[in-house]
Amino acid sequence: MSAKKDHLKHALIPEHTKLSDKEKEALMKKYNITLKELPKISINDPAISHLDPKEREIIKIVRKSPTAGKTIFYRGVINE
Amino acid sequence: MSDIFKGYKDLIPESILEEVKINLPDKCSDAKVKKILEKVYQEYRQSFAEPGESVGLVGAESIGEPGTQMTLNTFHFAGVSELNVTTGLPRIIEIFDGRKTIGTGMMEVYLKKPYSEGKDIKKLAESIKESKMEDFIQEISINITNLQMTISLNKSKLEIANLKEDKIAKILEKGIKKGFKFKTKDGIIEITPTSKDEPLNEIYKLKEKIKDVYISGIKGITQVLPVKRGNEYVIVTAGSNIKDMLKHDFVDPERIISNDLYEMEKIFGVEAVRQVIINEVLKVLDTQGINIDIRHIMLVADTMTMSGTLMGINRYGIVKEKPSVLARASFETPVKHIINAALTGEVDYLNSVIENVMINQLVPVGTGLPGLVTKTK
Repeated sequence: MSAKKDHLKHALIPEHTKLSDKEKEALMKKYNITLKELPKISINDPAISHLDPKEREIIKIVRKSPTAGKTIFYRGVINE
Repeated sequence: MSDIFKGYKDLIPESILEEVKINLPDKCSDAKVKKILEKVYQEYRQSFAEPGESVGLVGAESIGEPGTQMTLNTFHFAGVSELNVTTGLPRIIEIFDGRKTIGTGMMEVYLKKPYSEGKDIKKLAESIKESKMEDFIQEISINITNLQMTISLNKSKLEIANLKEDKIAKILEKGIKKGFKFKTKDGIIEITPTSKDEPLNEIYKLKEKIKDVYISGIKGITQVLPVKRGNEYVIVTAGSNIKDMLKHDFVDPERIISNDLYEMEKIFGVEAVRQVIINEVLKVLDTQGINIDIRHIMLVADTMTMSGTLMGINRYGIVKEKPSVLARASFETPVKHIINAALTGEVDYLNSVIENVMINQLVPVGTGLPGLVTKTK
């Protein structure tokens, strides 16, 4: 299993983590948005397969950015 | 002092904080540092795009205008090689359109140690390349009287590929299926039909078929080229097939890169493909000596990956996702969109720019965005 998933540590894949329910609430409140307005990520996306994602959860992505050094991006999980 | 910086960690981007840290004079009181950071924060806040700013439009112009300066059809030779890769405007169009089949697929295969230092590099490269029967044949002769075909194999090529003639005969037997017998002896394969009344043209057909049988390597890889990058060896390939490539254990699975966006998406996910879009566009622009602010390209890449899957900027991709009928109709194939909308009874809420231009209303951009609330007396 581990050998098969080696490629998911690829240099181009930024760090993906799942938000807890509390963090999710706080995020929505901070930006005054609903889940629908976030960018999406598929539930079958290979980069989040290790997180066991469920629909309507939020994935936090920490990207390396050439302009800001580090940026945080959020994607809502969809099942399509 | 680091405490003060920590306080601004969530307010100011990391790279700006680093810059401030480097440029601070040696002796600087905490109060002054705080003052500086407060000023930096204010300046940073002011550099934001304002609500209602049409960033997409500005981005389109900023990419489009330098695009007119580009040489139209350039075929660039990657490095010292004979690998021919689509670059220039055709490549940019290919990326932004999100084409499923791209002009020239290419992979950069980084290798694990000892191989990255050049161990067996030629042999490895050769083993990746897709080889068909054609590559191993020296001569084919057909004896008409006893309906026999004799293939003499190229021994030096067999040696490089580490194959024996009986193994090739076995692969051929599998690849052809019909009633032929295979005999091997010292670099020669003899093929005879099992039944005597096989027509002669069948033999000739077989000859063409045999040339096309897949023998070894990775499917889709037509050319390989070991290149030295810095102090390690990299194999650049023409043709792309990451999935099969990852099965080989000399490949570094954390650095293999293809220029096929859909393949990258399937294997590494949507975030990786966003980065590939940016990298590939920058690569083209760099070779053309064009300088476009990376933020415009990042905006395009974000838009293309917004829905969780890769979407091109065309009527099958992001334009299809627009909620407004009139906006979709204004792009391409207007009649189709209007008829479909009429049939399904779609409603247009006129929330976006183009439909408001059409009906001659104030567009919700810039100062047109906020509404006005008044108290009635």
